[in-house]
Amino acid sequence: MAQAVLEFESFVKRRAFGCKSCGQCILQWTAFTCPMRCPKGLRNGPCGGATAQGRCEVEPERPCVWTLIWRRSRRWGRLGKVFLHQPTLDWRLFGTSAWCNHVAGRDAALFGELRREERES
Amino acid sequence: MSRLAERLAAGRFVVTAEVTTPVGADSAPLRRRLELYRGLVDAVNVTDNPSARVHMASWAGAIAVREANCEPVLQLTCRDRNRLALQSDVLGVAAFGVENVLCLTGDHPVRGDHPQALPVYDLDSLQELAMLRGLRDEGRLAGGGKVEPPPRLFLGAVENPFAAPQELRAWRLEKKVRAGAQFIQTQVVYDVAGLASFLEAVRRRDLQVPILAGVCPPKSARMLRYLAEKVPGIVVPPALLERMEKAADPRAEGIAVGAQIIRAVRQLEGVRGVHLSIVGWEEELPRVLEAAGLR
Repeated sequence: MAQAVLEFESFVKRRAFGCKSCGQCILQWTAFTCPMRCPKGLRNGPCGGATAQGRCEVEPERPCVWTLIWRRSRRWGRLGKVFLHQPTLDWRLFGTSAWCNHVAGRDAALFGELRREERES
Repeated sequence: MSRLAERLAAGRFVVTAEVTTPVGADSAPLRRRLELYRGLVDAVNVTDNPSARVHMASWAGAIAVREANCEPVLQLTCRDRNRLALQSDVLGVAAFGVENVLCLTGDHPVRGDHPQALPVYDLDSLQELAMLRGLRDEGRLAGGGKVEPPPRLFLGAVENPFAAPQELRAWRLEKKVRAGAQFIQTQVVYDVAGLASFLEAVRRRDLQVPILAGVCPPKSARMLRYLAEKVPGIVVPPALLERMEKAADPRAEGIAVGAQIIRAVRQLEGVRGVHLSIVGWEEELPRVLEAAGLR
């Protein structure tokens, strides 16, 4: 069952968002743009290496994903969400379904932290 | 409180200088450089495999700085270490009196001398700051365990006022301060007006964090052109490049440029010091400081 959900979820999310199946999805905080597409996997904003044209320093042929997240967050009025501090990842969840993890509460530490921050902000 | 923290708290304009550890198993070249810097700078900042190229460990360099009776700043990147290694390295240096830790994400390995290497990035620089703050303030490891005694730390972070998207940079600085940054070191500044508009954005956010402006006196027009074209996030105004190209004595001109930038950034509200990287001609540090009226 979990495997079927994972396959369906990653099929949809890979096409829509370039999903890496981190298993602890924060798309709703990052303007529905997956930060795991960053070669450094940065979830708290860009590194200092993006070119003046907003291209990725590691793969200059594509835009810095944080430039996209920033623009979309501003356009869609979601800057408050993207400003929250994203806690550290649980690497045990990589390659698993974020939907299953959420239902099972395996991402409770991360989401608990984010909800607490949201209440305080 | 570290000596650097004390001097910043006292409102002194501080000077830090960067040293790169040798690519070799001998600390003598590093100690010679420290001999030169002693008494001239408030702190010596030890790089951590800069440009993702292997050098002697930054923690070993920082301990050497401490042993030479200078104040070290340890650069600690997330590129080569997971959360276990970051914490154990910090406990290790703290046991030898190193308190200033600069938290960085780190250049990606594909740009370095081992492009095949696994990029770690278990944490990013903000998560690193938050983790080290927990280590210090709560005596707690990221995994929840106790640390006895907790390390004394003065935590720093970097920001590049010139990288895209520019309007995001002050925002990111605030995120870093909230995560635990107590001082900020900027990318190398050649575009003083660009730094000024960044500082204005920082002021609008009411951030009181001390900022050290990065200054790198150009050794030659070639070096400046390399920085402008090859190093992501460095902005060099064309007029400055032209000035270096036309100079009869490029070294003297480079020192004058460095001193001029130091004097200019010193006038800017929010700049509490400079961070000098004089890579490849460290012996000229005293002349740069003298020309800038700092020593």
